Amino acid sequence: MHIPVTNKKLYNQQMKKVNFIHLRSKLPLLLLVFLLTFSTTIYSQDAAADNAAAGGDVAAGEALFKANCAACHKLDKKAVGPALRGVGDKFDRDWLHKWIRNSQALIASGDAQAIKLFEENNKAIMTAFPALSDADIDDILAYVDQPKAEPAPAAAGAAPADGTAASGGGSVSNTLVIGALALIFLLLVIMLYLVTNTLKRIAEANGVVYEEKEKGTPIWKAFVQNQFLVLVFTVFLLLAAAYFGFGYMMQVGVDQGYAPVQPIHYSHKIHAGDNQIDCNFCHSSARKSKHSGIPSLNVCMNCHKNISEVAPETATEEYSKEFYDGEIQKLYKAVGWDAENQEYTGKTEPVKWVRIHNLPDFVYFNHSQHVTVAGIACQTCHGEIQEMEVVEQFAPLTMGWCINCHRETNVNLATNEYYAKIHEELSKKYGVEKLTIAEMGGLECGKCHY
Amino acid sequence: MASNKKYWRSVEELNEDSAIVKALQDNEFVTEIPTDEFLGNKGALESSSTTRRDFLKYVGFSTAAATLAACEGPVVKSIPYVVQPHDVVPGVANYYASTMADGFDFANVLVKTREGRPIKIERNDLSENGGSANARVHASILGLYDKNRLTGPLLNGAGVTWPEFDTAMAQKMNEMSGKDIVLLTQTFASPSTSKLIAEFTSKYPNIKHVVYDTVSCSGALDAFQNKYGSRALPDYDFSKAEVIVSVGADFLGDWQGGSYSRSYAKGRVPKNGKMSRHIQFEANLTLTGGKADKRVPATPTQQVQILKALTGGSTSGLPENIADAVNKAKAQLQKAGNKALLVTNLPDVASQTMALNFNAGSEAMDVNKPLLTRQGSNSEVMNVVNGVISGNIKGLITVGVDPVYSLPNATEFAEAYQKLEMSLAFAIKQDATASLAKMVAATPHYLESWGDAQLKKGTYSLTQPTIRPLFNTRQFQECLLQWTGNSKKYYDYIKETWTASVLAGGSWSKALHDGFTTSDAEVMMETVKPASEGAGLMEESTSNGALSFLTQEGGYDLTLYTSTGLGDGQQANNPWLQEFPDPITRASWDNYLTVSAPDAEALDLVNKHVSNGALNGSYANVKLGNVVIENVPVIIQPGQAKGSVGLALGYGKTAAIQEEMQTGVNAYALYQNFSNIQKVSIEKASGMHEFACVQLQSTMAGRSEDIIKETTLEIFNTKDRSVWNSIPVTDYDHSPISVREEKADIWSPFDTSIGHHFNLSIDLNACTGCGACVIACHAENNVPVVGKDEVRKFRDMHWLRVDRYYAAGETFKEEIETLENLPAFDSYKVVEVPAYENPQVAFQPVMCQHCNHAPCETVCPVAATSHGRQGQNHMAYNRCVGTRYCANNCPYKVRRFNWFLYSENDAFDYNMNNDLGRMVLNPDVVVRSRGVMEKCSLCIQMTQKTILDAKREGRPVKDGEFQTACSKACDTGAMVFGDVNDEESEVLKLKKDDRMYHLLENVGTKPNVFYHAIIKNTSEA
Repeated sequence: MHIPVTNKKLYNQQMKKVNFIHLRSKLPLLLLVFLLTFSTTIYSQDAAADNAAAGGDVAAGEALFKANCAACHKLDKKAVGPALRGVGDKFDRDWLHKWIRNSQALIASGDAQAIKLFEENNKAIMTAFPALSDADIDDILAYVDQPKAEPAPAAAGAAPADGTAASGGGSVSNTLVIGALALIFLLLVIMLYLVTNTLKRIAEANGVVYEEKEKGTPIWKAFVQNQFLVLVFTVFLLLAAAYFGFGYMMQVGVDQGYAPVQPIHYSHKIHAGDNQIDCNFCHSSARKSKHSGIPSLNVCMNCHKNISEVAPETATEEYSKEFYDGEIQKLYKAVGWDAENQEYTGKTEPVKWVRIHNLPDFVYFNHSQHVTVAGIACQTCHGEIQEMEVVEQFAPLTMGWCINCHRETNVNLATNEYYAKIHEELSKKYGVEKLTIAEMGGLECGKCHY
Repeated sequence: MASNKKYWRSVEELNEDSAIVKALQDNEFVTEIPTDEFLGNKGALESSSTTRRDFLKYVGFSTAAATLAACEGPVVKSIPYVVQPHDVVPGVANYYASTMADGFDFANVLVKTREGRPIKIERNDLSENGGSANARVHASILGLYDKNRLTGPLLNGAGVTWPEFDTAMAQKMNEMSGKDIVLLTQTFASPSTSKLIAEFTSKYPNIKHVVYDTVSCSGALDAFQNKYGSRALPDYDFSKAEVIVSVGADFLGDWQGGSYSRSYAKGRVPKNGKMSRHIQFEANLTLTGGKADKRVPATPTQQVQILKALTGGSTSGLPENIADAVNKAKAQLQKAGNKALLVTNLPDVASQTMALNFNAGSEAMDVNKPLLTRQGSNSEVMNVVNGVISGNIKGLITVGVDPVYSLPNATEFAEAYQKLEMSLAFAIKQDATASLAKMVAATPHYLESWGDAQLKKGTYSLTQPTIRPLFNTRQFQECLLQWTGNSKKYYDYIKETWTASVLAGGSWSKALHDGFTTSDAEVMMETVKPASEGAGLMEESTSNGALSFLTQEGGYDLTLYTSTGLGDGQQANNPWLQEFPDPITRASWDNYLTVSAPDAEALDLVNKHVSNGALNGSYANVKLGNVVIENVPVIIQPGQAKGSVGLALGYGKTAAIQEEMQTGVNAYALYQNFSNIQKVSIEKASGMHEFACVQLQSTMAGRSEDIIKETTLEIFNTKDRSVWNSIPVTDYDHSPISVREEKADIWSPFDTSIGHHFNLSIDLNACTGCGACVIACHAENNVPVVGKDEVRKFRDMHWLRVDRYYAAGETFKEEIETLENLPAFDSYKVVEVPAYENPQVAFQPVMCQHCNHAPCETVCPVAATSHGRQGQNHMAYNRCVGTRYCANNCPYKVRRFNWFLYSENDAFDYNMNNDLGRMVLNPDVVVRSRGVMEKCSLCIQMTQKTILDAKREGRPVKDGEFQTACSKACDTGAMVFGDVNDEESEVLKLKKDDRMYHLLENVGTKPNVFYHAIIKNTSEA
């Protein structure tokens, strides 16, 4: 996390820019995939609706399942608790009602089946849900007993094969057409040349004489001879060179827009945007330390212990569900989580993130000063982070940028006891009610450089 | 009349016609830049294969390449924890209380850690009886990151695993059954370790435990044991003493464990017109002698008699001036009654008993709760040494001691040691003993270990690890647990011991949090009881035998001492301590023979300043019986008693220590019979030694009275401030006005009334010159170590230096009288020359004075140094282009220039040149590069952090919260830092004090650092 002040070993590597993946050519294919997916989903839901008639309301069941059960159970995979699909067929429904409402009571009563189940699952105690009615439980069971929507993944899996072929075919035909056109054009040029030559020879043979045009001074010579123009041009050239040279120099070392490829494709858009997780939830040290802190992997696992895959609707045109699921697997590998057996293996591989916002060693910056004391939103300096699929450096992070903000921003004096005395004195001195950071001494060199 | 005392920094300055002093005063660069060296040799220039054109091509190409390369930013990786420890927040420091107990230094400390990595040792200010965190304690952190440490256990020189080592040990112990083995250890003062050793020796009854203090206190321990029954050292509270007489005891240094500066300083700051009176009889000029109101140079031979005279004997035979001083001191001691204190460092039991008996009724001595930080007995150790040499002892286990280095007859001992059937050394480094031992158990640093210690009876301290062991090490106690078949960890063992006895129902967690606890519980401590083990082991209390050799005619009385930097030499591989200038001689990277001027003249020994102000000195051979130490560099020390010489122990190590740090000569060869006083003969040797001595650096240019202000208690009590601490005046409209008035300025003033305004107060009466602040500053601010050659060129990087000034006149009054009665032109020589034999000494810590009208700011062409509203003078390193105008314009010479890149540069192979050593760097302070000026920032990173903490918690800053590294390290309370705009603050009270003055105030710089004038208690009745 912390890079020692003198550790510059990594400096000799070249900066890497993100590879923009243009998928325009694959658009038709993706559309096709989507259409297929969509249609199959509709199909499966229809099937579910059919099922619902048998026992309960699938939609209500889904809501209840997500609210109460999803923390520990998945439909097709073992999580903390066993996989639940088809559980309604395995056990007697009344028994299930009892079990779900209070499994411990059932075990205590000496029910053989309950004890067996309890022991099979490593004696993990299931939370009691006395508030669920029989109807609620039936709804949940209706939801979990739906047959698995097999065709969807199949279609999604099959589609790329078709698509690739199709889009490959498209590009081939394009090249072919262009190639043919170029060939025709070339032929035409050659033909034209041959025709002119032939005509010339015929004319010569017929004794036709061409008039020779008298040549004037070439334009460049005229320009060179005009000293005034040369002078003006030179001055202009020098000024332009200075202007652009200065502009170029000023952006050296400014990495605005820097968006490196990270070892794990972590999407702030999904976490902070779609799921509205507060920044401080993961970057907790931003409130109390100079570092915002890249969350340690155990923080990720607070949620990802249960979230081993993304919802189908999370997938975008650019990034498929498989892609995201693969990234979660990378996390598991790094933290040493064995998803099969739901346990840590102890084999860890710390993630080497590429640092994006990188202040030089001689600048002191403190997150807590800005986040906790000043109450600045993260987005002020980091941009609309909740919309960034790939994080990029939003602000230039130049000294001018820092100073400008310090000049323009008023200090939040009202609620902080610390400022009480200094506020009174300073507002008397400057005769104003509000004070900028600059007026508080925020432009002094030693405040950031030591 | 007040401060017209003439101070000087170097003997050379007394020489009126000294060309060097003149040159140093006039020029910044006393030597010309040696252009001839590289341009003068025409032949070489012409024969060079690189032509001018080639050179230009290379320059052009490399510039272009570097420019192109610079256009691409680097890729920086950030690696977060996999599982973040819950109490670690990246970027926020954690503090843990611990205790250093290496057998020589014992102190309660706070360990500052960042991301689980200790980066600084600080004083534990909760603890009252916990020793003192001196310069060595502050520097001990570097020992953890020493690249020369042992990385695992060794069997016959080959690396093995611990189980293999344990098997080998068990086998060895079987072989050795019935044969005598000695367990030779440092003083642990640890209840748990005592218990553990007792268990170990009861399992193996052929093992005998002997404590070996490298620098012995045996005489004092024997005397105490004879009188009070337990083996300990009396504790003294110097603040309770009205009259302190010391006969050779450097109690502000390392005398008997040395943690007395705090209580001493308390009694030395005049309060209600009263302060203690301190008289010192000593041979070497020590810190304590420097602080004394009256210092009388006396050779050890004379000291023996002085002590006798003070405790009832006669003064006959003593020189007149000493006899007179003794009589006066005796009268004052008597008058003070039970508020008198007499201490001595004479090593014999008789002398120590005399002092003990004298102090028996003194309030200042505490024998009920004595110190347990020294346990060794000379005779016991001598028996072991003789046993090893004669072959009676078959096996030796050493823990925390290095006898092959530190015994006087080390060569003989080493030979015998190699022949031992069993030799096991517990060592952190492959020191002299470990490199000869057949079995070497690698031990961790104290920052990686658990431990406990009873520093003073009833005060129990805990050592806790602050980092996981860096190497494959196991501490001594863990090994004993393993070898006695105990499956417990040492942590549990300590906790058990403490719960059973020490805590007496108190909280373990609180003790661990505080680092110590006090308790009346009696805890079993294994003590050496030589008295009960037969005759002849302990000296008779009446015997003066140990010092009988002093009566021999001829030769010089040698007083061996431990230097403030290196102590007993355990930390010799510590670059901070090597570069730490000795507070008295101001020399670093060396030990040397201190000789008085008349003796030097008689022996034809010289000290010479070469053209750039650096010091060169003659070599001398020191001979004691058959032992000769050749080529000991000589420093002519003002104040050294005639007929005596001094030499520091702890230098001259060669094992497990990098070449740059192999400095000085090993004086332990002269430490015969573990007596610090010896009779030696001295002869001049050929050659001159080059010292790295910053003594003549930055001359005072005749402005001494504005630098140190001093007066006597009498004048202080009776006269107005303007008499003894006048404010300099300047001319305004042909009439004198105070320089503090606004119209005396040509600059318009800064508005300093709003917000915080930091001031640092330094009380020169309380400052003992110990230098803990210098090391603390190094650790806090990533100050580089530059090495001996660079220090010699005055390129040391210390942001904070403790200047040492000498002054004329044995007493202040005497000086005034002499001056007044002499024609002006004669006064110089007449006053200076006798003073040369016994100068008054003043210590003055000087760092950037953070002037409100800073001369450096106005001359910087790039505005790299600028003024902050909070009173700090800022230095933006990245803006500095290295013109050094600021340093030239600074009247205090506190700006230091980076002549080289000191990190990751093989030419400066110190802690900043290896990955391990760089772990100590403070991540909040940038590491400066080459070509940049740097200086004290008043620890702006600490003040800013304090402000931010308050802002975050939404509260005003309380007084005492603002600290700098130096003020935090100051044990005596001499340095007080704070906000003068806070009406309630301590520093504001001190600023309004009559003793306050600014350094070179007449220059009009209006510094934010101020000093308190020295007051000396010169009353003779």
